[in-house]
Amino acid sequence: MAFWIASSPHNHQQSETSGLMRLVIYATIPGIFAQWYFFGWGNLIHIAMAITIVLVAEFAVLSLREKKIRPQLFDGSAILTAVLLGISLPALAPWWITIIGSLFAIIVVKQLYGGLGHNPFNPAMAAYVMLLISFPVQMTQWQPPLPLLAIDLQFADTLSLIFSGYTPQGYSVEQIRTHVDGFTMATPLDTVKTNITLGLTVVESMESPIIGKHFGIGWEWINAGFLLGGLFLLTKKAIHWTTPLSFLTSLFICSFIAFILSPDSSASTMFHWFSGATMLGAFFILTDPVSGATSVKGRLIFGALAGLLVYLIRKFGGYPDAVAFAVLLCNMAAPLIDQYTRPRTYGHNLGVKK
Amino acid sequence: MESVIERIQKGHFSHFHGGIHPPEQKFLTSTKPIASAQIPEQLIIPVRQHIGQAGDIIVAVGDKVLKGQALSASNSPMQLPVHAPTSGIISAIENAVIPHPSGLSELCIIITPDHEDTWRKRTICPDHHLLSKDQILEKIANSGIAGMGGAGFPTQVKVSTLAKINYLIINAAECEPYITADDLLIQEHSPTVLDGIKILDHLLAPKNILIGIEDNKAKAIETLQKATADIAHIHVCVIPTKYPSGGEKQLIKILTNQEVPSGVLPSSLGIVMQNVATCFAIADAVINDTPLIKRVVTVSGQALDKPQNIWSLIGTPVGFLTQHCDYKNRQHKHLIMGGPMMGFSLSNDQIPVIKSTNCILAPSEAEIESPYSTGTKEVECIRCGQCADVCPAQLLPQELQWSAKAKDQQQLTKLNLFDCIECGACAYVCPSQIPLVHYYRVAKAEIRQQKLLDIKAEKAKVRFEARKERLEREKIARAEKHKKAAEARKARMNSGTSEAKTEKSAVAAALARVKAKKAQASTDDHKINSEPESTNEQASDKKDQVANAIARAKAKKLAKQAQLKEGQATENLTTDNDKEASISAKLDNVTVSDKKAKVAAAIAKAKAKKLQQAENSNDSLSTDTQAKSDEDKKAKVAAAVAKAKAKAKAKAAERTQDDKPDVLVANDNVASAIDVDASSAKIDIASTQSAAELKKARIAATIEKAKAKAKAKSSLTEETIKTEAKSSLAEETIKTEATAITEAPIPGAAELKKAKVAAAVAKAKAKKLAAQAQKVAEPENSEQGDDDNVIASATDSKKARIAAAVAKAKAKKLAADTNKSPTSE
Ligand code: SF4
Ligand code: SF4
Repeated sequence: MAFWIASSPHNHQQSETSGLMRLVIYATIPGIFAQWYFFGWGNLIHIAMAITIVLVAEFAVLSLREKKIRPQLFDGSAILTAVLLGISLPALAPWWITIIGSLFAIIVVKQLYGGLGHNPFNPAMAAYVMLLISFPVQMTQWQPPLPLLAIDLQFADTLSLIFSGYTPQGYSVEQIRTHVDGFTMATPLDTVKTNITLGLTVVESMESPIIGKHFGIGWEWINAGFLLGGLFLLTKKAIHWTTPLSFLTSLFICSFIAFILSPDSSASTMFHWFSGATMLGAFFILTDPVSGATSVKGRLIFGALAGLLVYLIRKFGGYPDAVAFAVLLCNMAAPLIDQYTRPRTYGHNLGVKK
Repeated sequence: MESVIERIQKGHFSHFHGGIHPPEQKFLTSTKPIASAQIPEQLIIPVRQHIGQAGDIIVAVGDKVLKGQALSASNSPMQLPVHAPTSGIISAIENAVIPHPSGLSELCIIITPDHEDTWRKRTICPDHHLLSKDQILEKIANSGIAGMGGAGFPTQVKVSTLAKINYLIINAAECEPYITADDLLIQEHSPTVLDGIKILDHLLAPKNILIGIEDNKAKAIETLQKATADIAHIHVCVIPTKYPSGGEKQLIKILTNQEVPSGVLPSSLGIVMQNVATCFAIADAVINDTPLIKRVVTVSGQALDKPQNIWSLIGTPVGFLTQHCDYKNRQHKHLIMGGPMMGFSLSNDQIPVIKSTNCILAPSEAEIESPYSTGTKEVECIRCGQCADVCPAQLLPQELQWSAKAKDQQQLTKLNLFDCIECGACAYVCPSQIPLVHYYRVAKAEIRQQKLLDIKAEKAKVRFEARKERLEREKIARAEKHKKAAEARKARMNSGTSEAKTEKSAVAAALARVKAKKAQASTDDHKINSEPESTNEQASDKKDQVANAIARAKAKKLAKQAQLKEGQATENLTTDNDKEASISAKLDNVTVSDKKAKVAAAIAKAKAKKLQQAENSNDSLSTDTQAKSDEDKKAKVAAAVAKAKAKAKAKAAERTQDDKPDVLVANDNVASAIDVDASSAKIDIASTQSAAELKKARIAATIEKAKAKAKAKSSLTEETIKTEAKSSLAEETIKTEATAITEAPIPGAAELKKAKVAAAVAKAKAKKLAAQAQKVAEPENSEQGDDDNVIASATDSKKARIAAAVAKAKAKKLAADTNKSPTSE
């Protein structure tokens, strides 16, 4: 007759870290779908590649570190990293970009720091920034949305582009990026930024074909997709509402102030919200618990700081999108934020309160 | 203050931080009536069931006890008695596993019930208002009532607080899943519970009484509201269900919006909290004179066919209750005492129900499939912060966990680990399934342990330092004392009084004594020193006497030799030995009645002869130095040996027999006679000089002798002489003392020197004599009295050599005597 001996509590809400990760991965589906819809297969191919690479890398490192492989390999965190990286990469980036990025994310950013829970930086974003700095050309070869393409880009074409740089018909990435009217297309953020430097007003920029009706063809929908996924995560309590809220609010306020001050040279608040990686960052990257702040107050500060940084870099920085940089900078600040936002323990420092 | 009540009346409550909503599972038992108590085959009653010390056991094995009879007595408020839950016989008082997370064993009283359930005499008190507060408190204490909500703090300590009480809070929150014991108790026994509340009201006189109850107990709330409707200052506070609202601090926060400062009792805020079950027990004790011997226990869980609340006697084994509820016997039993959040697993089902046991949980495997129960699935903390979100103490469980793993006790204390109430909310939500509470428990235990060690170390340090200080003080005091004494002495010595002189001489004497002792120690058998001191130490030192005897014999021989030389005696050494043998044989035939006397007489004779040879000058001396009454037989035996020799000598010089009567005076002093003979001259010196000087003189004489021997190598080999010299005295001592002597102007020294000169003449003879004495000494040591039995064992030969040296010394002295005597005359 054996008796179980266990420590209290004896029940558990049955949530698991891997379940949490899975939920987050599922939540990216609407966004990815929008991406696929507007930009074709490119990102899906990158995501699939990244997942394969991270699993291999994780397996190798875990074996080397003599850790339990199964639970950690499938805890979902590596796969999530791969998904996020795949989403962020330019759709037509060459295959080795993904490979380098995935390996860097897992081996350097995650495992070298001690594995899950110990990495100070978000692996996907760190890898993205590394790639952007190392391979600026490849990393800025943005593919225009499919409706604007002169060439009909099928799955096989995309695959061929990624692996060889040319479609089976012989079009290069550069050719594909060229508009029927003969100019190379950039992302809406890029466009606006370039136009502003060219002396055009934002309103004029909005006329650009890449922008479409609202804030950029496809981009607005992709952001909407990630927003949807984020809201789903919020309802599932898989992520805390604080970070996205403070991030979006902060970005909103910054862009609003700028817009009020100089409407001609500043994009609208909604343009900031629905272009680039804003929603992805708000709900999927900044909410990464490992590299974020932990307390409610800390998260509010963390999100607000990220919003501010995103805006500043978008507006004044050299790179058109800023989420990745802002996230890394905030990751660095997170321990400090945690340090200064410790909650007051029950029954302590009551004098301060009264 | 009123606003709090108003707010409560409006149904607005404060919130504590965090909290969780685990599945309640109260429906399993909440609708079934409380089953009545059954008496098990055996009751195991831990002597200590509360926070505090165990009472003193006042029953013995074999005693028959009645229901309600006290089994232990209390002498202090923190001691609580336990009572017999039913009548029966004490079958054992022994250690048994008690309900405790650690599964440790403590002293338990085991009762075999007689199933008659006979009560002791009780005095019912229908109106507690007739009793004074002290009487009520005493009743509560004597009934062994401790907090029944879980902690088990002695109730009368809590209610005898002198603080002004604003709120008496009755805790009926019962926030743990599954547990419905308080719920049912209120439903079925609200009048008694209310009586208990009234008694507390009477004792504490609080401004308001707040009954905190979670909104998931509709029936109980209704009952309470009805029962208290006519009492204005009792408020039934229906609070939202959230775990752990039943925690004391949390409930206080909810109801009064006050936080109990860390490390302070709620009474400092004017708040006292009591559990519903405790109220019931108080009423039962005060009114019905029923001690705390039973309580309601929720026996629940899906592994039971009939989960229900049961009135259980304290001491009922858990297995008896689960059996009663039809526990499905499965392979893996998991019994939890307490709720699923804070309860602990039981290691077997013979663990008894105690005063604070409110629930026994027997979950099915599917029901509570906690990672903490089924083997850890723990993964790394992902810093999700969910734990911090739910922590009612507003701690940072994830940081605590890191520090606990790193054993960073300082950081843990800084993070207020000890404010953790171990509610388990953090571990409940942790997606990484880290058994956080377990880490905290271990860390807490380690810190407590460390503190104990620290305290011990601190005490030891204090003790050590006190000791060091004391020793230092004593050292200083001693040094001062010595200094003072030395100064005083100096002053006295320098004062020139007679006292000072005696002191000086005493000091000198003491020094001399010390030296003498050293010298003694350096010689194997103290022979040399014992000679001069023999007048004082004879009786005490047998060996000395033996040696003396040997010496005497030698001295006589020496004397003979001297005679020979002088032409008075014609015997030579070789024949002497033979003759001695024959003499010893003759000695046996001597017809004197007292052998000893004869022996002594013989010695005396021998001496007398020597004395005569020394021209009778010693006669007066020998008579002077008498009065020794030594009865030592050994000495006599030794003396006999000497006597034998003496007789031989006597024969050789028969003419000295005339002197016998004279010498017989000294017969009594068998051994001292030796001294009389050999060191009469010294005794003279002793009379004029200090003992120390005398000794030195003698030592010097010995040294001289040794030298003399060395010179007289002709008759003996050099080696023998050297060994003799060595063995007779430690060379160093000799030298130092010799120098001391030469430096000191001793009156006797001159004489001694002369004696030495004379001795030099006899040296050659002495050596021969020594050789003989060596041989003689051995038989003497073995007390055979036979010169011929020469045994040359190594140790004996050594002794013999020493003896020879002694003999030599004596010989010289004797020579000196002979020398001196003529000069003095
Ligand atoms: S067990 Fe301790 S740390 Fe965890 S939630 Fe409860 S009080 Fe907070
Ligand atoms: S709930 Fe668990 S995983 Fe999340 S921060 Fe707390 S300890 Fe870490």
